[in-house]
Amino acid sequence: MTCFETIQAYGLRSIGIGEKLLPKTDFTLCQQFTLIGSGMIWNLYFGVLALLAGFFLANALALSKSAHSPWARKPAEWFVFVFRGSPLFIQFFLAYETLVLLPRSGIEIFGITLATSWTTKAWAGALFVMFLNTAAYSAEIFYGALRSIPKGDLEAAEAFGITGWQKFARIQWPTMLRLGWPAYTNEAIFLFHATTLVFFSSFPAFGQMGDALYYANYFADKTFNPFVPYPIIAFYFILLTLLVTFVFGRINRRLNRYVPQNQRSRIRLRVALIR
Amino acid sequence: MKKLLLATALVGFGGVALAQDVVRLGTEGAYPPYNFINDAGEVDGFERKFGDELCKRAALTCEWTTNEWDSIIPNLQSGNYDVIIAGMSITDEREEIVDFTQAYIPPASSAYLALSADADLMSGAVAAQTSTIQAAFVAENGMQVVEYATPEETVAAVKNGEAVAVLADKDYLKPIAAESNGELVLLAKEESIGGGVGMAFRDSDDAVREKFDAAITSMKEDGTLNAMILEYFGPEAKTW
Amino acid sequence: MFAACADPKSIEGLTWAFCYLTSGKHLDFYWSFLTVLMLLAITAPAALALGFMGATAARSQALPARILGKTYIAMVRGIPDIIFFLFFVIALDQGIEYLKHLAVCPSGAPWPWQGLEFRVCKEAKVPLGSSSAFWHNAYGFALAVVTFAIVFGAFAANVMFGAMQAVPKAQLETAEAYGMSNAQVFRRILVPQMWVYALPGLSNLWMILIKATPLLFLLGVEDIVYYARELGGSKTNSYAYPHRDWRLIYFIGLMIFYLTMTKLSEGVLGRLSARLSQGQATAAGEAMRRAGA
Repeated sequence: MTCFETIQAYGLRSIGIGEKLLPKTDFTLCQQFTLIGSGMIWNLYFGVLALLAGFFLANALALSKSAHSPWARKPAEWFVFVFRGSPLFIQFFLAYETLVLLPRSGIEIFGITLATSWTTKAWAGALFVMFLNTAAYSAEIFYGALRSIPKGDLEAAEAFGITGWQKFARIQWPTMLRLGWPAYTNEAIFLFHATTLVFFSSFPAFGQMGDALYYANYFADKTFNPFVPYPIIAFYFILLTLLVTFVFGRINRRLNRYVPQNQRSRIRLRVALIR
Repeated sequence: MKKLLLATALVGFGGVALAQDVVRLGTEGAYPPYNFINDAGEVDGFERKFGDELCKRAALTCEWTTNEWDSIIPNLQSGNYDVIIAGMSITDEREEIVDFTQAYIPPASSAYLALSADADLMSGAVAAQTSTIQAAFVAENGMQVVEYATPEETVAAVKNGEAVAVLADKDYLKPIAAESNGELVLLAKEESIGGGVGMAFRDSDDAVREKFDAAITSMKEDGTLNAMILEYFGPEAKTW
Repeated sequence: MFAACADPKSIEGLTWAFCYLTSGKHLDFYWSFLTVLMLLAITAPAALALGFMGATAARSQALPARILGKTYIAMVRGIPDIIFFLFFVIALDQGIEYLKHLAVCPSGAPWPWQGLEFRVCKEAKVPLGSSSAFWHNAYGFALAVVTFAIVFGAFAANVMFGAMQAVPKAQLETAEAYGMSNAQVFRRILVPQMWVYALPGLSNLWMILIKATPLLFLLGVEDIVYYARELGGSKTNSYAYPHRDWRLIYFIGLMIFYLTMTKLSEGVLGRLSARLSQGQATAAGEAMRRAGA
C-alpha cells in the first residue's frame, strides 16, 4: 500500500469513513501519521465546539459573578469553584458514571420520550463536560478583566450620557474582552490539550473511532514502541498550538484596533488560568 | 488465607537479605480469579498461588508487582519486571516481541456476557478490554467494538446498557454471571481465540524462562496444576 | 486487622462497614493520599528551582542559554502534559540506566537498545534486581517526581520569565546607576521584586499541580485514583468483601478531597499575596496603603 492509498483508507477513519479494520501489520510511519492525524479531527471537534459554546456561558457567568444580588452571584461562584477546583479527569469520570445511570429506554415527559442513550457517547457527554469546564475557567478570566476595566473609561462613558445596556455593550464588554484576551488565548490552548483526556479517561471509543491519543496508544501497543507514536502526536499538537496562537492573535489585533499603539496588550507567554 | 499470604510475602523479603537475585513477577491485579489485589492489598488469585509454587520448585526468590494492562509489555521490555504472569494469551503478535513459556492454562474459550440469553450481538456494541485478543476479535468479525481500559468497566457497560454484551475469558465472566442473581447471563455462543495462557519473558532471558518452563512441566506431571485450575476455575474448567 | 473482622463473610451492618473500611487495601488507600501530598511537597520546590533556572536562562545574554531556556518554556505550550508523561518516564528510566551502564558495566557489554528491548548488565539496573520492593516503589516515585518537576518547572519558568520582565525597568536602571554589577542587580533588585509579580501565576500553577495529580497513575504510581478505581469496582465472592460497583461513591470522595485542597490553598495563597503586596508599587499594594491610612 502506498502512502497515498493509506491516507485514502485511513484519513477519515476516526469518524468511521474508510477502511473498517485498523492496520495490523507494518505500522509504517505513514500509517501512524495518517491515523493519528485522523484522530486529531476529534480533538478539533471537542476543542472548537466547547470553546464556542463556552464563550457565551462564560460571559453570562462572569456577569452574574460580578452582580450585587447574591442570588445571581452565589450560583456562579459555586459553579466556577467546582469546575476550577477539581481535576477534569474526575469530572469526566463522574459525568460518564452519572449519565449511564439515566434509563436506557429514555425519559418520558408529557408523553414525549426523550432518548438518553446518546448522552453517554463521547461526542455529546464529553463535549458537554468540556463546555462547562472551559466556561468556568473563561468566566474567571472575564470576571477578572471586568474588574480591571479602568474607572476612568466608565466615568467618561457616563459623562457622555452612555448608560445602562449601551454602556455595557459599547464600553464594558469590548474592554473586558480586550483585557481578558491574552489569558483567554492560554485557556484555549490548554483546552485543546485537555481534549486528549476524553478517550483516555472514561468515555469509551466505539468501533475503534477515537482521538489522536487513542490511535497513538494503539500504535504504541501494537509496536510495543512508545518512542514513535507519542512524538508524532506531540508534533501535531505543536502545529495546533501555533494555529490557535495565530487565530487568537488576529482577533486580539482586532480587539485592540482603537487602542493607541503603545498601550496594546500583547499576547505574552504567560500561564494565566489553566487547568 | 490471609495469613498464608502474609507468610509468602515474608519469604519474599527474607530472600532479599540473602542478596540473591530476585525474579520480579509482573501482573495486572484486576482480573479475578486469575489475578487481583485482595482486600489486604496483596496480589491474590490463581496466578499468585501458581507463581509462588513455580518459584518454590525452581528455587527462585520471587516478588510480585502490578502494572496497568496496556503498558505491561513495554515495561517488561525496559526491565521493570522480569516476567509477565497476567492471564496473557499466547499470540503470534506477542510472540514476535516476547518469549512465552509453554501454556499453563489450556486454550480457554471466550464467552459473551449479556443481560439476556437471546441478546443480538449485531444490534449494538460489544464491549472488550483495550488491547486484548477479544477486542481485536470483535473488531475483525464485523461487530462494533467498544473498548474500556479495565475489565471491570466492560462488565459495567453491559449492566448499564452501553453495550449489548462483553466478550472476555469465560473464566473471568463465569463467577460474575453466577453471582448476579440472574441479571447477567452467559450466551451459549463461545469463541476460541488465542493459544492458551503463558508467562512472557524478554527474548534475552532464556535461562530464567527455561527454569520456569521446567517447573510448569513438573506441575503438569504431578497433577498439582490441574488441581489448582479446578480450585480456582470450577469443576468444569479445562485441565491438562 | 481486628479480631472481629477475622471472617468478613459472616458479619454485617456497621461491623461489616467498619471492617471493610479498615481492610489492608483501604489502609493502602489512605496512605496513597499521603503519597499525593508528598509528591506535591517535593515537586513544588523542585519545579520552582527548575523554573527559576529556566527563566534565568531565557533572559540570559548568551545565545545558547537563551535558546535552551526558551525552548524549554515553549515545550509546555506545545505538548499536552499527558503525552509527555506517557513516554518521558520510560525514556528517563532508560536514560538513567544507560548512564549507569556506561559507568559500571564491564567494557565490551553490548549496546543496550537491542531492537525493542532495552538491556543493560545486571549491575546497571536501577534499582538493583536484588533490592526490595520498597526501593522499586521509591524509584518509581522518584521518576514521577522528576517528570512532574520538569513539566511544571517549564510552567514556572514561563511565569517567572514574565515576572522578571514586569519588574519596572527604572528600578534596574537606578541600581545600575548606583554602580551595581549585573549580578548584583539581579540578586538584590530583580529577584526580590519579581516575586510579587510571579505570585498570581505561581498560585495558579500550584492549583494546576494539585489538579494534575490524578495523572500520577500514568506514571505507574499507585495513587488515590488507582485505589479508588480498584476499591470501587464491583467485587465477586473471590474477595473478602464482595460488593456492587461503588466507583461513583469513591470518586465523589476524591472530588471532595480536591475541592477541599483547592479551598485551603486559596486561603493560604490569598494571605501570602497580601503579605507580599505590602509596600509594593502595585495596584494591590496601593489599595492596602489607602485602607491602612
